Amino acid sequence: MKKSVKVSKQRPRSLQEIAEKEGPGTSEMWDLRLYVAGQSPRSLAAFANLKKICEDHLPGRYNIEVVDLIKHPQLAAGDQILAIPTLVRKLPQPLRKIVGDLRDTERALVGLQLRPTESSE
Amino acid sequence: MAKATPKQISANRSLPKALTGIQGLDEITGGGFPRGRPTLICGSAGAGKTLLAMEFLIRGATTYKEPGVFMAFEETEAELAQNVRSLGFDLEQLVKEKKVAVDYVRIERAEIDETGDYDLEGLFIRIGAAIDAVKAKRVVLDTIENLFSGLQNQGILRAELRRLFRWLKDKGVTAVITAERGEGALTRQGLEEYVSDCVILLDHRVTDQVSTRRLRIVKYRGTAHGTNEYPFLIDEDGFSVLPVTSLGLQHKVSDERISSGVPRLDTMLGGQGFYRGSTILISGTAGTGKTSLAAHLIDAACRRGERCLYFSFEESPAQMIRNMRSIGLNLDTWSRKKLLQFHSSRATFYGLEMHLAIIHKVVRDFQPQVVVIDPVGSLIQAGNKQDAHTMLIRLMDFLKAQQITAFLTNLISGGTALERTDVEISSIVDTWLFVRDIELNGERNRALYVLKSRGMAHSNQLREFLLTDKGVDLMDVYVGPEGVLTGSSRLSQEVREKAAALVRQEDADRKERERNRKREALEARIEALRKEFEADEEEAKRSIAEDSDRERLIAENRDAMARSRRADRDKYPAVKRPRSRNEKVSKS
Repeated sequence: MKKSVKVSKQRPRSLQEIAEKEGPGTSEMWDLRLYVAGQSPRSLAAFANLKKICEDHLPGRYNIEVVDLIKHPQLAAGDQILAIPTLVRKLPQPLRKIVGDLRDTERALVGLQLRPTESSE
Repeated sequence: MAKATPKQISANRSLPKALTGIQGLDEITGGGFPRGRPTLICGSAGAGKTLLAMEFLIRGATTYKEPGVFMAFEETEAELAQNVRSLGFDLEQLVKEKKVAVDYVRIERAEIDETGDYDLEGLFIRIGAAIDAVKAKRVVLDTIENLFSGLQNQGILRAELRRLFRWLKDKGVTAVITAERGEGALTRQGLEEYVSDCVILLDHRVTDQVSTRRLRIVKYRGTAHGTNEYPFLIDEDGFSVLPVTSLGLQHKVSDERISSGVPRLDTMLGGQGFYRGSTILISGTAGTGKTSLAAHLIDAACRRGERCLYFSFEESPAQMIRNMRSIGLNLDTWSRKKLLQFHSSRATFYGLEMHLAIIHKVVRDFQPQVVVIDPVGSLIQAGNKQDAHTMLIRLMDFLKAQQITAFLTNLISGGTALERTDVEISSIVDTWLFVRDIELNGERNRALYVLKSRGMAHSNQLREFLLTDKGVDLMDVYVGPEGVLTGSSRLSQEVREKAAALVRQEDADRKERERNRKREALEARIEALRKEFEADEEEAKRSIAEDSDRERLIAENRDAMARSRRADRDKYPAVKRPRSRNEKVSKS
């Protein structure tokens, strides 16, 4: 839970290339960070839900870092974390935050912009 | 500044409090905010919520050794540091010294999506980390309501806020939570529901284009608190609340008398002048010399080595100095010796509270013995009459409590009743002098009288008030069959009187001369009579002498005849004759 799960070593592509792809690309690298507080059921659920979404939609192209704020409280300020759990999409840009345990997969996909048509854009 | 009345002390015992260190606020809350509990500060935009919270934190860190955490939901650390620097606080230094921790919490609605359950543990952890980092005793959340705009799930948010306030209580930190004023409610999001120990409302009102800030304690559990609206202000020294009722009538009084600077006026005031620490009001129409009298008082006080403060709402210091030089008072000397300080500002420049606070502050800094406010009526322009009245009462109480002699001038505008003041302070002043115009024979002259002077036998006489190049002089007015005369009427009356006196004098002289003449004549006659009498007497003596000579001769002749006849020798013995001395002498 605490350790980073590195699945792929591929380098992310430029913003322009991502834009050209209109949403989820085929080879770009996804850098995700999940903030949790200890091993609460909600945190565990969030991690499980995230893992599933990534495997389903970004196989081999994602990188999940789990940050336990109880262990590293000073890290909360960096990404402006208030709610727990919070998933931060560091890459691709722009930065997105999804608050909650991600149990609503559809909403999570929209939040991650893996479903461009339903997103706010 | 925290003066606690007995009642407040008992309240302190029942509920531990954290002193805010903010002037006046500790007085009206009876010792500060409830220790270890959250306090809600609400108010509309620009009311000073952040500043109050920040000062609470900084004063705690610097004065009371209670480090604090500032959770900023609106402004960044840099912005906050800049904002409070203008109030004389060095936030960056305090952060460096680990006395204060500032954490900026940014919530960007556009970046955040919500799916499913969450809590605000992240915020808790951040606050907790900041508290641990500086061992904080005080926490400010400014403005936590911003969370409502960033997060959608109100149910979770409200539950989490309730948990947060509970958690802060459990942590034992004294928390201050600021919130925006809502429509028909204290706060927009109803935070008062969660923070129920102490609620303070800040208000920023503009009346007649002059703004006044006010503070009210809406609720303070377990404490007898002031329920009034208290004016407060924010200046370069931070926040200060001005408790209207913080000063009572328990001030000490002095028996010491101080000169008014005008000897004749001192004479009118029981011979010794004003009481130290009394409040003196001088009323008069325009140009009657009120300021000049004030200048005399200042001059006299500075001569004694006392410090004077002059608040002018009409004249600049330079103008005042120049004008007073024309009546022979060199105020510049005292100003240079730092015995006299001028504060000139237009009354309309600030609100009343600001004026009061400035006066408070300057008085505290300068520690004067005499304060002049010229003129008090101007203050009405800075607020309404009622406010000006209460402000002046507070000001007088404040000055009295410090034994400062207050000299107020009041301009009476034409057409109003003379013996009243615009601000209705006549009943609370101790000495009330009145300068008025007397219009007579085409000229205006000034007359001064003492309307009242508590605690001294003052003169009831009207005096003519002259402004000469050697200062103010008081003259007796002419009171005669023609009424009260002043100015040239008085002079001409005096001349007339002199002429009449001259005539009377000449008359008397003439009578004297006549009498002398009569006396001389009488004496001459007496002399003549005496001479006559002497002559008569001499004549009489001579005739008596002649008579006796003749008689003697006759007697001698008779004797001689008798001897010659040798007739009656026994019948006329020469020794036994008793008749006259002449005979005897002649016999012997």
